[in-house]
Amino acid sequence: MAQRPRRQLVSDALMVVLPPAGFFAASFFYNNQLLLLTMMVYVALAQGLNVIFGFTGYLPFGYVGFFGAGAYGTALSVHFLHVPILVAVLLGGVAGLLVAALLSPLLRLTGAYFAIASLAAAEALYYLVSNPQLTAVTNGPYGVNLASVYNSGAAFDAAVILVGIAMLCVVWVRRSHFGMSLRAIRADPLSARMAGVNVVRARTIAWLISASLAGLAGAIYAWAISVFYPEAVFDLSISVFAIVFALFGGVGTVLGPLLGAIVLYGVYNYIGVSQPQEFQLIYGVLIVLIVLFLPNGLLSIRLRRLRRGR
Amino acid sequence: MLWLFALIAGILFGLYYALAALGLNLIFGVMRMVNLAHGDVIMLGGFAAVLLFDRLGINPLITVLLVIPPSLLVGFVAYYLLGTRVQRSRDPEMMSLVMFFGVSQVVEALAVIGFGNNEASITSAVFGSKPFSIAGQGVPGAWLVSAGVGLAALILLFVYLYHTGLGRATRAIMSNADEARAVGVNPDRISAITFGIGVGLAAIAGIFSLFMIGGTTPSEGVGLTVTAFAVIVIGGLGSPMGTFLGGIVFGLALMFTQTYAPVWSGFAPFAILLVIMLVRPTGLMGRSVRSV
Repeated sequence: MAQRPRRQLVSDALMVVLPPAGFFAASFFYNNQLLLLTMMVYVALAQGLNVIFGFTGYLPFGYVGFFGAGAYGTALSVHFLHVPILVAVLLGGVAGLLVAALLSPLLRLTGAYFAIASLAAAEALYYLVSNPQLTAVTNGPYGVNLASVYNSGAAFDAAVILVGIAMLCVVWVRRSHFGMSLRAIRADPLSARMAGVNVVRARTIAWLISASLAGLAGAIYAWAISVFYPEAVFDLSISVFAIVFALFGGVGTVLGPLLGAIVLYGVYNYIGVSQPQEFQLIYGVLIVLIVLFLPNGLLSIRLRRLRRGR
Repeated sequence: MLWLFALIAGILFGLYYALAALGLNLIFGVMRMVNLAHGDVIMLGGFAAVLLFDRLGINPLITVLLVIPPSLLVGFVAYYLLGTRVQRSRDPEMMSLVMFFGVSQVVEALAVIGFGNNEASITSAVFGSKPFSIAGQGVPGAWLVSAGVGLAALILLFVYLYHTGLGRATRAIMSNADEARAVGVNPDRISAITFGIGVGLAAIAGIFSLFMIGGTTPSEGVGLTVTAFAVIVIGGLGSPMGTFLGGIVFGLALMFTQTYAPVWSGFAPFAILLVIMLVRPTGLMGRSVRSV
């Protein structure tokens, strides 16, 4: 691993630095900051999903659970610990991490079992947080108000940094020894184990990284919108978007989910689909078409052409 | 005698939940595909019952017969159009999961566009307004009818699987598709029929969801899919007997939570699913069909 070509190092560095720089620059030309921020949140979510789904093949339908945990982690930190908002955002990431650690036994399950168990976990978490009996802690179904720490400029900058962190995580997973062992496990867990890879540990680390990214994304999103109800941050469509964006661009790649989130979320806002069900319809059709005709994502078209050219 | 009511209601609801999960179990057992649009088919069954009842005054019990032919057709078309292609992909189980998730989103969106975002229901008085008495507990007639249909579906499916030629071929594919093919069973044909039956069972469950779960709304599909999945995971995959048992356990758990801790009744099904999956991933009746 030590003798990595310099060109690759440069391109890796560019992949980490350019996306956040691009978003930061875009804020000077485009005045809908909340839209850009939401797009960045989805970039982070798509990349976080990429870490677990793209590199281990585990598809968490309940990915939104970590997002919600991050949002509530931040809100509770502000309300009960009275910490500065940046610390609260970090604690939101920690909340995602803790939930993932708690749920790590789910990794014993495989395939569809894992996917649906994670969905059940997210739903259980939602019912827990929004439970009227917990109104004293989470304010139950009545939502959260973070107006006291509202600062849209700072939240935007935090989202820019989050995009950088997400890109860094994926580049690292893609290039490192750790990422190599993840791909080995995905290809054949038994052989990987025999080659000395600690399968359980590697999967758990990917799971925790993925969840922390979603937790941070939820935290920053909560900070930016400042008033929200539990169903808004535990909305299953957040999982759907992350999955669609990642799949569309191509999971297991560094640029795919970034591209997917920017293109699809951009197109969505450009068309300005006003009815959520039309949007849902288009995305549903898109998912089916991707699975049937483009199972490796948008980037695979380019790769295929390159390979054919050679 | 709160516990006695919870017990009786739990068993009746258990039979119904077994019906709601039967189709999903059958499709998974034969094709190793999780039909995530299962809950949306249940939702469509509910709307079909409401429309036929409101417009033409058709009794929900007759709707049961009416939904079967279109369901079989939908199942055939869906299998040949989508299923066969996914079955030949690199990772059929995961790819089918993602694809049917897309299908579920499409059905849900179309239902909102077609029926609006409102709740649709039929008065449960259609099965008699006076409660029936079982062991001194008053039970609505609609519950008895729903449970009865669930029981009938279980028995019919059992007869089909264990006492007909098609059923034998279906079980052959369940245990080993390659060997079944080697002895002359056509997996695509059997899978298409199974898919049709699975969709039909879901649609029938949808009709009675109106009385057992409450009015139907376009967005209820995902939750119903998870519920059905919980039932088959509790019971174990493959046999209708496992689904029966899973349904009863689920129904009892649900009714006892609703009786003694109603605020937690939304939380309970998911918590039960998680606990069962972690403690016993193969389910109560499950053979070991999974490997790492």
